[in-house]
Amino acid sequence: MNPLLLWFHKLGSPPYFYRLAGRLLPWLWALALAGLALGLYGGLFVAPRDYQQGDAFRIIFVHVPCAWMSLFVYFFMAANGFIALVWRIKLSETLAMAAAPIGAAFTFICLATGSIWGKPMWGTWWTWDARLTSELVLLFLYLGVIGLYHAIEDRRQAARAAAFLALIGIVNLPIVHFSVNWWNTLHQGSTVKLFGPSLIDARMLWPLLTMAVATKFLFAASLLSRARVDLLELESGKDWVRQIALAEEPRA
Amino acid sequence: MSEFLSMGGYGGYVWSAFAIFIVVLALDALAPLLKRRRVLRELRGRLRRTQKRNEENT
Repeated sequence: MNPLLLWFHKLGSPPYFYRLAGRLLPWLWALALAGLALGLYGGLFVAPRDYQQGDAFRIIFVHVPCAWMSLFVYFFMAANGFIALVWRIKLSETLAMAAAPIGAAFTFICLATGSIWGKPMWGTWWTWDARLTSELVLLFLYLGVIGLYHAIEDRRQAARAAAFLALIGIVNLPIVHFSVNWWNTLHQGSTVKLFGPSLIDARMLWPLLTMAVATKFLFAASLLSRARVDLLELESGKDWVRQIALAEEPRA
Repeated sequence: MSEFLSMGGYGGYVWSAFAIFIVVLALDALAPLLKRRRVLRELRGRLRRTQKRNEENT
């Protein structure tokens, strides 16, 4: 077997993944916190005031990265759900289910901060605009996946059922993304473009992109630390988990 | 400083949005730590019970 494939098989083994994730975690948290600090500093101190929105526009430095993450995490969850359903890899089930609460958190922040921005700028906390509605549906999809996972007794069956729901829900991702183009919405279109020049001042762009990278690291850190605990719970009958439990016994 | 905090009159909106961001993500980071403690504590309890049962039976 070629070395990469061999490593991939090893990665799927819970004790190996547990140790590897444990080694990566401090670095991921450090990068996430450093990135957040830099991005928030840039967004609050360096970026100039918007000529129309004044300082209220600074909310985008938390709103937009979380909105991007709400889609990114969903895609990650559905992709792992697909792997779990097709190849029955236990680690993929764990990763998909660990991603769900993190995605829900990002989606909630996106909706809440958008609402807070909408009040002074649009004059309303909420409107049934295509972008807002599809993002709310995304939050319900996350909650549905989490709820289904916890409603079934057998952990592995639960993970597969929830992964199936996550896969169906992927149809909502293009709707969220293209809603601002497909419908005449109150929500503005994309300002930062992957292809072509962005319509934003460089002093506003770099803090935004820094926040986008920092939230990726934050997701990775939270994901690995959740997956580690879930593996401990899932494998609690196995010897390697027993050794960890006994080694960390608090001295009474 | 107070000019910075007032955010051109949008202080309440800006700071509450940033507070939600930080609080929600801090809770998200805290959740696995608490769960880890619970899972390991329950496992140790289970191990102690089986050990005791084994000792009584022999």
